[in-house]
Order: sequence, then C-alpha cells, then structure tokens
Amino acid sequence: METESSVTGGYRRRFTGFLRKCMFSVLSMGPVPNHIAFIMDGNRRYAKKRNLQLGEGHRAGFASLMWILGYCYELGVKYVTIYAFSIDNFKRRPNEVQVLMDLMLEKIDELLKEESLVRQYGIQLYFIGNLKLLSDNVREAVERAMEITAKNNKLVLLICVPYTSTDEILHAVEESCQDKLDHSQAVKQTNGSTDHCNQTSQEDHEHDIKVVDIEKRMYMAAAPDLDILIRSSGETRLSNFLLYQSDKCQLYSPAALWPELGLWHFVWAVLSYQRSYSYFEKKRKQL
Amino acid sequence: MPRHVAVIMDGSARWARRRGLPASSGHEAGVRSLKELVELCGKWGIRILTVFAFSSENWSRPKAEVEFLMGLFERVIEFELQNFSREGVRISTIGDSSRLPKSLQKLLNKAECSTKDNSRLHLVVAVSYSGKSDIAQACKSIAHRVRDGLIQLEDIDEELIEEELATSCCEFPCPDLLIRTSGELRLSNFLLWQLAYAELFFSEALWPDFGKAEFVEALRSFQQRLRRYGSRES
Repeated sequence: METESSVTGGYRRRFTGFLRKCMFSVLSMGPVPNHIAFIMDGNRRYAKKRNLQLGEGHRAGFASLMWILGYCYELGVKYVTIYAFSIDNFKRRPNEVQVLMDLMLEKIDELLKEESLVRQYGIQLYFIGNLKLLSDNVREAVERAMEITAKNNKLVLLICVPYTSTDEILHAVEESCQDKLDHSQAVKQTNGSTDHCNQTSQEDHEHDIKVVDIEKRMYMAAAPDLDILIRSSGETRLSNFLLYQSDKCQLYSPAALWPELGLWHFVWAVLSYQRSYSYFEKKRKQL
Repeated sequence: MPRHVAVIMDGSARWARRRGLPASSGHEAGVRSLKELVELCGKWGIRILTVFAFSSENWSRPKAEVEFLMGLFERVIEFELQNFSREGVRISTIGDSSRLPKSLQKLLNKAECSTKDNSRLHLVVAVSYSGKSDIAQACKSIAHRVRDGLIQLEDIDEELIEEELATSCCEFPCPDLLIRTSGELRLSNFLLWQLAYAELFFSEALWPDFGKAEFVEALRSFQQRLRRYGSRES
C-alpha cells in the first residue's frame, strides 16, 4: 500500500519534472549548446565529507552523472564528453586505481542494460584515450560497449579513459609524421631518380603538415567543437583535459563537488553560454 | 609565487566604449596597465610574464584598428627599449611574425637581440599568435626532422613536442597561472598545450583597470590552490 509520504514524494517528483520541462522549453528558445564536457571532480572529498568509503564517493558521482546526462539530452545537447580517468591518475595508490577500474566495468555493464539511459536515448558510446594502457578485461569491455552502441545515432557520449590532451596531441603528431613519411617514400618510389629531388621538395611543401592534418587525427575528431566545459568542486584548471578543443568554449567552475552538482548549476552554465553567445554574434555582425 | 604568469589582456576596446572614447584610447590605457604589471613582476620575483597582445583571429578586426595596434606596438617597444635594458627585462615574441609590418618585424628582432642577456624578467609577447598553429608548426618541424633522418618516429614524445613549441625560448615554458581580464571565461586559442596544469584566474576588471590590487587578488587565489597534477595529496 502506498504510504502518504511516498504519494507526496511521487507528486513532488512529477511537479519538479514538469517545472524542469517548462524551464528547458524556455532555455531552448535561445541557442542550445551542441557539445558540453565535464571534469567530474570532488568524489573523494564528497566521500570524506560524509564519512563514506572511497568507492561510495565514486558511486555517488556516477549517479550524479546519470542525472546530468539526462538534463543534457532532455535540453537537446547532442554530444557530452566526460573526463572519467586521466593518464595522470595512474599515479594514485594502486588500490584506488583498482576501485575505479572495477567501478568502470560495473557501470559499463549497467549502461548497456535495457532500462538504462543509453538504450532510452539511443546514445552512441565512444571511449576516448590511449586504450592500450587499460588492462585487457577493461579494454575488452570498452571495445564491446562501442561495438554494441555503434548503430545508435541520436546522441553521443564520449568517455575519456585513460586520457590526457598532451597524449592525444602526441598521438595525432605521430600519425601525421608517419603519414608524411609514407607519402614521401611513395613519391620517391613512383618518380624517377633524376627528377625526384625537385619533385620531392615541391610535393613536400604542398603536403606540409597543417592544423587540419593534426585535427583529423585527434581522438576527439569524432565530436564537433566544444561549447561549454564544466569542472566541479571549484578548481579552475583544465588538468590536461581537452586543451586543444577548449580554445573557444565557455568555461564554468561551480564550487559544488561532483555528486552535489544539480539542475541549477546546469541551467546557470547554459544561461552563461547563451549570454556570451549573443555577445559574440553581435561582435561578429559588427565586423 | 608563480614562476610564469600568462595574461590575456582583454577589455581595452570595451573600456573605451563605456567612456565614449575611440578604441585607440582603450589600447593606450592598456599599455599603461602592462607597464605596471611588468614592474610588479620584476619586483616580486616572477621570472616569466607572457602576454597575449594580438591573436591570429584579431587580424579580422577593422583595418583601422589593426593598423593602429601595429603602430602602437612599434611606438611602445621603441620607447621602452632603453628601460628594458636598465630594468633587466628580456623581451621575446611568439607568433606568426610574417604577417606583421616589416618595420615592426625588424624592431622586434632588434629588441630580442639587444635584450637577450637580460635576466631579471622575461617578457614574452604573443603577437599574431594561435595556440593551434603553434602545435601545428611544432608537428611540421618534427616531421621534417624525421624525414631528414635526424630523429626516428619512436623518438617523438611529449617533451620533444614541447621543445618545438614557440615557448621553448622560455626557461619554464608552461605558465603556473593564467589571468584573463574582462570577465570572459574562455582561452581564445592562447597557449593551449602549455596551459595543461595552469591555474586559471578570471578577473571581472577590464584590462585598463587591472592594477596592483587586482594582480594581488589573482596571486592570493593562486597561493590558496592545492595543485595535485592528477595524483592525490597523501
């Protein structure tokens, strides 16, 4: 039998959900960000604050993530990127790294279940980073998740693990150099030895590495330009996350720890983006 | 104290507009703020100050404003050259100097040469600079070295890339603290690689209003932060 409190709780939830939908309808009359990224900082501090085990802090963080993803996709944001694990985080104590990897396996399984957000919204999963650094079982789970969701085409969730921006750029530079080397060798083989010196220097100049060559080899080439980057827990630094992609995006760093991040922080970030967007549109029209 | 401070000097044009003045007055007022900051950095033991004077995107501003800025840079550097030597300031520029007027290019070369032995403060001026282009030119340079057999593909690592970036002229290429004025919360294609672990401080003040008090506020904020670099404090 439903108790009075669960009936009241049910009404309250439906009313809050209705209010949220109204608010999002108003927000979507203005420019809606297409791509938002999150640095989910503060899980451990949250656990310490509430006298919880370390793993519980990260679990609370995951629950928070599901809410935030729901808000993003409800508003109409198509791409969400999250900083799940930095290559620098391997420097942490081995038992904490293990807790995080175990949690990741557990959550990947949950995300692929029938009733999950991924199924509900038709989300394609991308795991972004130097996957070779993951242990075999985690890498297999990650690759399986990408395969299963490859046909989803409505929305995209990019999970950066294990990732740093400098590693991503290094990888793009290595691939660009490899391609250029392969191209130079191919040119040498197809041209005669008498002409090849002049030809090679001209071709070299035409095929000199440009910004677009690096960009198309970045792990994040799967996503469009970043509109907003949000870091929780009040720290204002990028910690080697999406350095290349954040050149034009709006930065926002609320003081709330990640598991405490809520609807109002999200709304504030979008409003701040919309205010800045109209300023830049005005400036662009003046030029 | 941070060893290397970087500043995005934003808001000069807005400052002028609010006072009903032309943009040029805003930029001139901005020069005074920069002079004060250079003095404070020298006095307080900050080793490197990198300032974003003109981005590659700024070339699309009105021609008159761009020409004024180029002229302003020339006048200021010409005027300050003796002061730099007296105060031990070393000046370097980063960015695509090929787009600058020839007279400015010549002056910048002269300034870099004549101040290269100064060691109290290293002032790095980013003119016609783009963080993305900086990374692309580093990559191009590395690719040429691989092509010429000077290095192997396997030798390419993050350190090598950092050595090829324009900021390799600095003793500490990566800023500890980035300050952006005018309340805008974005990096605008400035020092992207180099800002990996920098503390970011956003000041509401427009650049011509950024003075000692605002700088102290930024430094205090920096000193209160706990820098973990991905690991945990024990």
